[in-house]
Amino acid sequence: MTVTGRPPVRFDGAAVHFGARTLWRDLTFEVERAEFLAVLGPNGSGKTTLLKVLLGQQPLSAGTVEVAGSPPRRGSRHIGYIPQQRAFDPDLPVRARDLVRFGLDGHRAGLLGGRSARSKVDAALAAVGATSFADAPIGTCSGGEQQRLRVAQALLGDPDLLLCDEPLLSLDPGQTHAVTALIDSRRRQGTTVVFVTHEINPILAYVDRVLYLVGGRWSIGDPSGVLTSETLTGLYGVPVEVLRVGERIVVVGPEEGAGSGGHHHHPPAEVGG
Amino acid sequence: MGLGDYLSLPFAQHALLAGGLVAVTCGLIGPFVITRNMAFAVHGTAELAFTGAAAGLLVSDNPVAGALIGSVVVAALIAALSSRQRDRDSSIGVVLAAGLGLGVLLLGYYHGFATQATNILFGNLFGVSTGQILLLVVIAVAAMVCLAVVYRPLLFASVDPEVAAARGVPVRVLGLVFLLILALTVTEAAQVVGTLLVLSLAITPAASAQRLATSPLGVAILSVVFAVLSADGGLLASLQASKVKPSVLVAAISFAIYLLARLAGPMAKQRARRSRAGADG
Repeated sequence: MTVTGRPPVRFDGAAVHFGARTLWRDLTFEVERAEFLAVLGPNGSGKTTLLKVLLGQQPLSAGTVEVAGSPPRRGSRHIGYIPQQRAFDPDLPVRARDLVRFGLDGHRAGLLGGRSARSKVDAALAAVGATSFADAPIGTCSGGEQQRLRVAQALLGDPDLLLCDEPLLSLDPGQTHAVTALIDSRRRQGTTVVFVTHEINPILAYVDRVLYLVGGRWSIGDPSGVLTSETLTGLYGVPVEVLRVGERIVVVGPEEGAGSGGHHHHPPAEVGG
Repeated sequence: MGLGDYLSLPFAQHALLAGGLVAVTCGLIGPFVITRNMAFAVHGTAELAFTGAAAGLLVSDNPVAGALIGSVVVAALIAALSSRQRDRDSSIGVVLAAGLGLGVLLLGYYHGFATQATNILFGNLFGVSTGQILLLVVIAVAAMVCLAVVYRPLLFASVDPEVAAARGVPVRVLGLVFLLILALTVTEAAQVVGTLLVLSLAITPAASAQRLATSPLGVAILSVVFAVLSADGGLLASLQASKVKPSVLVAAISFAIYLLARLAGPMAKQRARRSRAGADG
C-alpha cells in the first residue's frame, strides 16, 4: 500500500541520455495519490522511457526517481501496467481468461495456482464486462475486448499506481470510452494513473494534469495551462497553434501534437535530437 | 517372437521407458517452440547432436554423453551470438554450419564403427547401452522438473513478453533457460528418432494439439499424449516390423495424428466459437 505522505511518483532533477542524445533532463515533478496524469509528446520524446524508468527497467542518467517513496524496482507489486493493443495469432492457445490470469500469478514459479485463483479471475473478467468472451482465444478478441482484458489483468495485482502505454491506440470511439471509463473508475478508488498517449481528446475529461515532453524539454500543469499555443511553441521552438473545437483540442504545427489534424512535418527540436 | 516376448526383454523395456520420458519432455516443450517461433533452433540443435556424438565417440567412446554435452555448448553459443531476438535464426545457421563441418572432421579421425555416429542421424534407441539409457532418463527427468518450475513465467514471457517484463518476470534469463532445456531435450529426442526426424516429436505433436485445444493446459496435455503415442507406438511397431527403422514409424504415427487433428480441428474450434456466440446472445 502507499505509504501516507509519500507521493506515488516523484522525479527530482531526472534525466535520461542515450549516448549523446538527451531524452529529457531536469525533470522534477510529483504525482499525487489518485491523480490522473497524461504524458504527451511526439514520437521519440521519451514518453515510454518514462514508464520504463518507473518500472525499474531503465536507470536514470542523472537525478532521482521514487515510486511510493522508494527507488523503482522490477516487478513491483505496487504497479499495474497496461500496454497498447497488439495482434495475437488466432491459433495461439491462450484464452481471454488465461491472459487475465497472468496478472494474478503469471510471474510466480510453478505449474498450478491456488483454488481461489479461478474465482478471482472470474471476478476480474466480470468487472470489465468480459465474461461473455472469457473462454475465447485471445487472438479472436477485438482490440477493445483485448484492452478490457488488459485492464482486468493489471487490476488483479491490486496496484496503487497504474502505468498505461498508449492503451487506446487503434480502438474505435466506443471502445475508447469503455476502456477509459474502466481506468478512471479505478482511479476514483485511489489508484494513481500515469497515462502515455498522443491523443488527449478521448481522456481530456478525466485528466488532472498533463506532462508534455518535446526534444529534451518539458512542461507540466493542468490541460488548459499546458495545451496552449504559447507553451507548445516554447517547447517545440517552432510556431505551434492550439485550437479549441468544441470540447476538443487540436494542435496544429508539429508532426504529432496532442490532437489530431496536425500537419506532417518534423519540428526542428526532434531532428536535432 | 511376439510383442509380449519382446516386452519381457530388458532392452525393450529400457528403450520404451527412455523413449516415453523423452517424448513427455518433447511434448511439453513443443507448444513453447511454436509460440516462441523456435522451430529452426530445434532443427539446428538436433543436427549438431551429430557433432557432439562424433566428439563423444572420439574422446570416450560415448556418443550419447558427447551429444548431450555438445548440446549445452551449442545452446551457449547460440545465446552468446544472438544478443537480439531477430539475430537468432542467423546465429543458429552460423553455429549449425560450423558445427556440422567440425562433426565431419571429427568423424574422419574416428576409426571404430561409423554406424555408432550415423546412428544419431536416424535414431536407434534399441542399440544404446544400459548406462546411456540411464543417462537419457536422468536428463529427461531433470528437464521435466526444470520445465515444471519455470512453466508459468515462461508461458507469460512467451505469450506476452512486454507485460511479463513489466511484472518483473526475468524474460531474458527464462529465454536462456528454455534454450538450454530445448537443446538437451532435442538431443535426447535425436536418440529416439534421429536428428533428421526430431521435429516429429518436438513440433508435430504440439501442432496437432493446437488444432484441438484452446487453453495452454489442454494443449500441453494433448501434446504430451501425442508425443508419447508416437514415440512408444513407433518403438513397439518396429519390434514387429523389424525391417523398418523405429524413427520412420515414430514419424509416421506423429504425422498421422497431425492429419487427424487437421480434420477434427475445425469441428473443435467451431464448437468453441458457437459457445462464445451462445454466451454473447
